[in-house]
Amino acid sequence: MNLVESPLDPCDALSRVTVPAGEPWLGELRRGQTLRIVDLEGNQAADTLFYNLDNPRGERYSAVDTVREQGNAYLSTGSCLRSTAGRPMLTITADTCGRHDTLGGACAAESNQVRYALDKKPMHNCRDNFLIALAESDYGLGKRDIGPNINFFMNVPLTPEGGLSFQDGLSGPGKYVEMRAEMDVLVLLSNCPQLNNPCSDYNPTPLEMIVWK
Amino acid sequence: MSTPSLPPERIVYQEHVPGARYASLILRRGFALRLTDADGTANAAVLLYNPHNLLERYNAPDTLKGQHTARLTAGHMLYSDMGRVMLSITADSLDWHDPIGGISDADAVRGTYGQARYQERLNDFHRSGRELFLIELAKWGLGRADLLPNVNFFSKVQADEAGNLRYRPEHSHAGARVDLRAEMDTLIILQTAPHPMAPGPEYAPGAVDLTVYRAEPVAAEDPCLVSHPENARAYANTAAYHSQE
Repeated sequence: MNLVESPLDPCDALSRVTVPAGEPWLGELRRGQTLRIVDLEGNQAADTLFYNLDNPRGERYSAVDTVREQGNAYLSTGSCLRSTAGRPMLTITADTCGRHDTLGGACAAESNQVRYALDKKPMHNCRDNFLIALAESDYGLGKRDIGPNINFFMNVPLTPEGGLSFQDGLSGPGKYVEMRAEMDVLVLLSNCPQLNNPCSDYNPTPLEMIVWK
Repeated sequence: MSTPSLPPERIVYQEHVPGARYASLILRRGFALRLTDADGTANAAVLLYNPHNLLERYNAPDTLKGQHTARLTAGHMLYSDMGRVMLSITADSLDWHDPIGGISDADAVRGTYGQARYQERLNDFHRSGRELFLIELAKWGLGRADLLPNVNFFSKVQADEAGNLRYRPEHSHAGARVDLRAEMDTLIILQTAPHPMAPGPEYAPGAVDLTVYRAEPVAAEDPCLVSHPENARAYANTAAYHSQE
């Protein structure tokens, strides 16, 4: 595990916003600015997507390019989050959790049916959050612009045999991950409302988004 | 695991796709596609869309987490992002196809294999997986926003205990084959550029043979349906989608 604390002081931050469980957050981050996502109560999934602010339909976060180019399936301090054009979008500069998932994807009404039970379709989910946040914004983005995301604070290990499992979270109250924008980016976050998954102890909790200039 | 021999009367279409080329076809429900690694060096990169609603597409994360796997082989299904199954892997002579390696772009191809433009190489010039996908996607009105994580058939990317990813060369062999049965009409976009983690220095992507054939009816105890309860639910969603036909 690659645990690195940040020297930044929240008292010097440009903005601090609490995102209650089950709600989306859409924000812009300028090149050079730093975003910290704080897991206030522990083991909460922060489902996150990034877009190039200058060309959001043409370039967005790419999970497969990110893991292939760093040669490792997990994200932590030092990970370079790459775009679909292969360019660095953000760099993770601090991480007190140690490992974050980008292969497991976000929950949706339809994926809840497949994973848990057909009658789970009416439950609130991350893709609904992504869709409504984009639909109410003016970036011109929609369903086709939603690719595989990052699940900050989630632990989804791969095995040498090709298995993929969902483990207890490594996170805990107050743990955080911090990243510096390498280009102007749009951040789309869903604070996961999943009630079927033991990873969040069936109790979704708030996140804090802190931005430094 | 073996793949059954195909009676000639069930075969409806065949196509040979050389290395660094593309193909696309709509595989209709009730038909299946056999991919064959012609010379043992193929990487068949595949993306899937619903031709009746192009916003529905193969979803790698849902497919992997639904079946608790980071490799694809017989018994697995390829899910769409709408909770349905698009294709079932009904037979496979390998035990591993890669769903996480992605594709190469022009910079990566130049870095691994050097510059080789059409001016000097004519039809043997170097194409990247990204270029080939974008060319073929464009023919269906799709573009960069529709480029998503694909399946790399005949390739293997393995993680160690620490999550380090390693490409396994010489995983496939000439004649290796995998059978994909359409559970709903599926637009298949395929290209045969080298796997992005394949070592250089020689740019020599292999050819893939496509064989479309009439599939057997899906039995209640079909191995793909019973391998995971998630697959049975995805299949039930697909059946509901077809219920008014």
